[in-house]
Amino acid sequence: MMIAVAVIATLLLAAAALLAVVRLERGPSMLDRTIAFDVLTTALVGAIAVEAALSRRTELVPILVVLSMVGFVGSVTIARFAAVEPPKDGAPGSRSTPRRRRGHPGGAGVEPDGTRDASPDAGSDTQAPAVTEGRETP
Amino acid sequence: MIADVMTVVTDVLAGICLLLGAFFSFSAGMGVVRFDNLLARLHVVAKPQVLGLLLLLAGVALRLQDRGAASMLVLVMLFQMLTSPVAAHMVGRAGLRTGKVDPAHVPSADEPEEAADPPLSRP
Repeated sequence: MMIAVAVIATLLLAAAALLAVVRLERGPSMLDRTIAFDVLTTALVGAIAVEAALSRRTELVPILVVLSMVGFVGSVTIARFAAVEPPKDGAPGSRSTPRRRRGHPGGAGVEPDGTRDASPDAGSDTQAPAVTEGRETP
Repeated sequence: MIADVMTVVTDVLAGICLLLGAFFSFSAGMGVVRFDNLLARLHVVAKPQVLGLLLLLAGVALRLQDRGAASMLVLVMLFQMLTSPVAAHMVGRAGLRTGKVDPAHVPSADEPEEAADPPLSRP
């Protein structure tokens, strides 16, 4: 019974790994490949778990710990790398440079925060009259 | 006698857990190939795959009947449940920032750093 269960589970996990490899080859961006690599790592963990369950091998369990940690570190590292240096042409450059522009002159250029802070100075078109009316009416 | 019956029961439960976990992992692989969207693939990685892995590890723990191995497997489960949302969040945020996610799929495409940066740079 256990052998049949192990064979079916191994076939399913092998199919999952194969599909993950397909996405790993076909993925349009690096983040898709990261996701596919995560699926592949999990399929590997599952295969080792099936082997440990089939032959009652306790010494395979630390491998599961290490593999799950490696999968997490790999995906997070690639995500950080993709956030810093994106591989796409137009969007990342135009996305990163405006953020720097928004960061440095942002104190002068950003309207909503400026109106929040400078509401008694300049942006008092909506807030200050309401406050004064509220104070006058009682 | 009772120990044998218990072993058979735990083995059957372990087999069910292993089959369900393998099926969920297979569905995760199928979803990764068939979904056409980065966020949809991220959903597949974040939810069915974690459930499949948890079921597989529970099956191993039921089959091994070992206290040290079971504690280590519980550790792996907790680690997976802690790290999988973090990894999915980071991949999704990187996809949003690098323009790989259609902002129409996100309810509010406001990036959290734009709200977090001005209070830091203000003083």
